[in-house]
Parts: sequence; structure tokens; C-alpha cells
Amino acid sequence: MSLVLRRAGRVTLYLFLTVGAVAMLYPLFWMATSAFKPLAEVMQVPPTWWPQHPTLDNFKAVFRQIPFAQFFVNSVIVSAVCVVSVTLTSAAAGYALAKFRFRGRELVFYILVASLVVPFQSRMIPLYELALDLHIKNTLLGVIFPWLVDAFGVFLMRQFMLSVPDELIEAARVDGAGEIRIFTRIVMPLTISAMSTVAIFTFLATWEEFLWPLIITDDNHARTIPVGLQTFSEQYLTNVHWQMAGALVATIPLFLMFAFFQRQIIAGIAMSGLKG
Amino acid sequence: MTSHSMPSTGRVGAHSVPARKARSPRSRHGTMGARHPQLWAWMFLGPAVLLFGLVIAYPTIASLKDSLYRTPAFGTKEFSGLENYRALVQDHLFWKSLSVTAIWTVVVVPAVAILGLLLALALHTRWLKGVGFWRTVYFAPVMTSMVAASYTWKWLFDPGNGIINVVLRHLGVAHPPEWLASPTWALPAVMAVAIWQQIGYAMILYLAGLQTIPSYLYEAAELDGATGWKKFRYITVPLLNPTIVFVSMILVINAFRVFTIPYVMTSGSLSGQTAGGPLDSTRVFVLQIYDVAWSQFNFGYGAANAMILMLLTIVVSVVQMRIVQRPFEY
Repeated sequence: MSLVLRRAGRVTLYLFLTVGAVAMLYPLFWMATSAFKPLAEVMQVPPTWWPQHPTLDNFKAVFRQIPFAQFFVNSVIVSAVCVVSVTLTSAAAGYALAKFRFRGRELVFYILVASLVVPFQSRMIPLYELALDLHIKNTLLGVIFPWLVDAFGVFLMRQFMLSVPDELIEAARVDGAGEIRIFTRIVMPLTISAMSTVAIFTFLATWEEFLWPLIITDDNHARTIPVGLQTFSEQYLTNVHWQMAGALVATIPLFLMFAFFQRQIIAGIAMSGLKG
Repeated sequence: MTSHSMPSTGRVGAHSVPARKARSPRSRHGTMGARHPQLWAWMFLGPAVLLFGLVIAYPTIASLKDSLYRTPAFGTKEFSGLENYRALVQDHLFWKSLSVTAIWTVVVVPAVAILGLLLALALHTRWLKGVGFWRTVYFAPVMTSMVAASYTWKWLFDPGNGIINVVLRHLGVAHPPEWLASPTWALPAVMAVAIWQQIGYAMILYLAGLQTIPSYLYEAAELDGATGWKKFRYITVPLLNPTIVFVSMILVINAFRVFTIPYVMTSGSLSGQTAGGPLDSTRVFVLQIYDVAWSQFNFGYGAANAMILMLLTIVVSVVQMRIVQRPFEY
């Protein structure tokens, strides 16, 4: 009897998980299939599961009617610059905070940690005014500059740098290695996994950032994919099939990131609630 | 788990001071033996500190300053003391957006926290097959472009052709809700998407917490004849408590800052409405800031709104530190 009950319990759990999985995946499935359907078929009631007349026209339209290639290039540039800047500044500053004694260290550290509780949305107005003053509104630099440094990245790198043995650094100094060399040849290789975590999450965050590029750009030449997609959907209100093709193209790089860096992404979130 | 020590960073700082060692004869200054340690420390810190000052410290302080100024769209700004804050109190849109965010927090946070927990417990079950598969499936929405997901859902919620109403009509609901076109149903629709997007994220945090519970506790309990429920109630729940608090606080802060989903789902949509509609029913707090600053171009008043957001976030963070720092008894 209890065996029957246990089996019933197991079947129920699989059933619930399956229902939940359908709810999770259906929107993505609908997005992906609609991207290959002509408009009439997307709007058809009841909807078709699989494209009856599969077509690549939607993707052609996305790249012809709107400068999607431009958005894509912009997104790549924005993310790449931010990844390099955040990773390097975080590693260097984290190293200084963990391994050097200097006047003002506690103060720098406390200011850094305190800044973590200030949301970006509460400082975006002065950032916008700053962009106006620097004449970088509606430019790629304008899209990039608020994300060139990340207090949490510095904090994270500092925590990891603490685990680098002092003896290694001391030994290198005794051997006459310069400080830059010690940092690039000894400290950075030892903390490469932490640096890659910072890099991955910086990429995801900047690739997905929507609010700031929405504010700082007013035409297509500096827009990134999320804002480009949005303005395009406002322009072509009812062209669902195009929107879904654009949505799919926007999502693919994120899924590729996940495919390649699944372990680091899961571990990074578990470690500290990253990608909040 | 680093996650729990993260907010209490002040204390972590204490044991970071490298243990004083016998100085090597070569070291002239400082403990670390570097020549000119002060100089080198600031060399390494320099780029981060300069950028931090420019894009984090300065704008935070400037925001506070802006909030004390009257800033007409045309003309020069002038100091106006607390005028913007007095205006806030009388602004029904401010209160409306605050109440939308409050509803959002009260609905979305518990929904994600509870569904994510149930999901994590299910995936943590010993006999479950395909854990990696399920985890990836439930995590997929987290990795989906938020703008793309938002307008996919916008079409799923389409009153006429959307799959949701097609199914509802099929189930015999003669007049299903108009969803995003209805002041009553727009907010629930938008919140549903936020829940859908965050469940997988909460699940990952819980799974990490569950893995830190030592299995010998369960084994010992089994030897004492504890049932599944008792193990859950007296081992899992107390030991997972810090994680539950941590997850909830992150979700609360996310709820305060939400923007993309309501903006994309409600702007330029079917009826050509502006973001936050219909009738401001989805005007979350960040939309309020955005609207004041970039539709009305009133930066001073926008900054005052932003200060309220900052205040709310700080309050939650401080509460979080208080709760998480409290030792949890095993």
C-alpha cells in the first residue's frame, strides 16, 4: 500500500514539474516558432503549433527595415568595453584592498560597500545631466560610461584576492619582480575564475540593460538591441512576426552564453545573488 | 555561503588585515614588503576610484542636491529647499505609483519566493531524475532577453488572438479579461510575467542553500525515526531560513526597481497608450521617475522622487543586514 502511495507521489511530482515546464517554455516556443511564420499564420485562431509555411522573410525584414545589424554591433561594443573595464578595474582595486596596507583603506572599503545599496535609478538624473555636459548624449560612450566600474565587482574581487597567499607575493618581491609584474603574472592567473565570473555577469547586465540606453539615445545610431527592439515594436505596432524574429535574435546570444558558461553562471548566482 | 556574509561586509573587513609577519630585511615600508606600498596601492585603486567618483559617488550626491532645486523645462534652476518634497505629498501620481509598487511587492515577492522554494525542494528530492534538465528548463526565462520576453507575453495576452484568451474561451469563459487594455487586469498580467521570469533565479539561490545543509542531520533524524514532514519542519526550514530571508530581500529590491517589463508591455501597445497605463494602473515607481524626468523634463522633481526610491531601498537593505546578521541556531 505504502509502495503504491509512494509511486503515486512520485508520478504527481513529475506531473507538476511537467506542467510548470510547459508554462516556462511555452512563451519561448511561441516566440521561436512565430519568428518563422508569415503574419497571417501568427494571427490565426486557433494558433498553429508548428509553422505551416516556414519562412525566413521575417529575419530579412528585421535586418532590412530596421538597422538591427547596427544595434547588434552597438551591443557588442558596449558590452565588450564594459566587460574589459569592469574586470580590470575590479581586479586591480580588489588586489589593492586585499593585499596592501595604506592610509584610507577602511574608508574606501566602507564607501564602496555603502554604495551597493544605492540603486542606479536614484542617480540616473545627474548621470544624464553629466552626459549633456560632456556632450556624449546619444553616443556609444554615453551608453557605456555609467557601467565602466562596478562596486560589487570590486567587492567580489577583494574577497577572492584575500585567498591569494601572501607568501607567493613576498617571494616574488624577494626575487625582484616589479609590482605590475606580480599583479599580472601571479595574482591575476590565481584569480582568473573570479575574474571570469565578474566578466560574465558584466556582459549579461550590459547586454540586457534597457532603461539607461532608452534615456540616453534618441536615434538608431547608438541604440543597443533591447532599446532598438522596443522602438522598432512601437514603430511597427502590429507586425508581430517581425517582432518575434527580432526577439529571437536578441535572445540567442544570451542562450549561447548560458550554454558555454552554465556552471559559472549558476555558481555566480548561488554565491552572491548576482544578476539581481 | 558567501551570500550570507555578503551584506555584513563590515565584519569581513576586520579579518582581512594580513597577519603581521616577521619583516623581511628588504621591506622598507609597510607590512607587505612592497617599495612605496602607499603609492602602489593607489596606483592599483586609481582607475576604479576615479570612475567610481565620476559615475557613482558624484551622481548620488548630485541627485540629493538636484532634489532641492526648482528646475523649469526652460529657464534657470534655483534653490527651492524642500518644495519638491512638499509637492510629492500632494501628487496623486506619486501615491499611485507608490501603491502600484507596493502591490507589486506584496504579490510578486511571496509568489516567487514560495514557488521558487517549492521548485528547489522538488529538484532536491533524492530520487528525482533529470535534475539538470529541469533546472535548465526553469532557468530559461532568466536567460531570456527581458524586452523580448515582455513583448512575447504582450501578444500571448492579446485580448483577441492571444493564446491565453483562446484557451479561456475554449474552457467556456465567454468574456475573458481584456488584459493589457483593462485597468483592472493589466497589472496582474504584467506581474505574472515578472513571476515567470524570476522563479528560476530564486530556485538557484535556494538550491545553493539546500546544498549547505549537511546530510548527516537527515541521516541522524532518520535513525531517530523522523518522518519526511518532521525532517522538513525541524531541519530544512530552520537551516534554510537565512537563505529565505536573503532571497526575499533581493526580490523586494528587484520589485522596487522594476521597469522594463511594465514599460515594454504597456507602451505603444494595441491602443497606442503611454507606458504605465491604462489609467496609470501599471505605473510602477521607476516609471514615475522616468516620466517626471524625461516626459515632463522636470529634473529637480524627478530627483526628489528618486530620493524616495533610494530611501526605500536603504531601509530594506538595513533590515536585511539586521536579520541576516542575527545568528541562526542549529
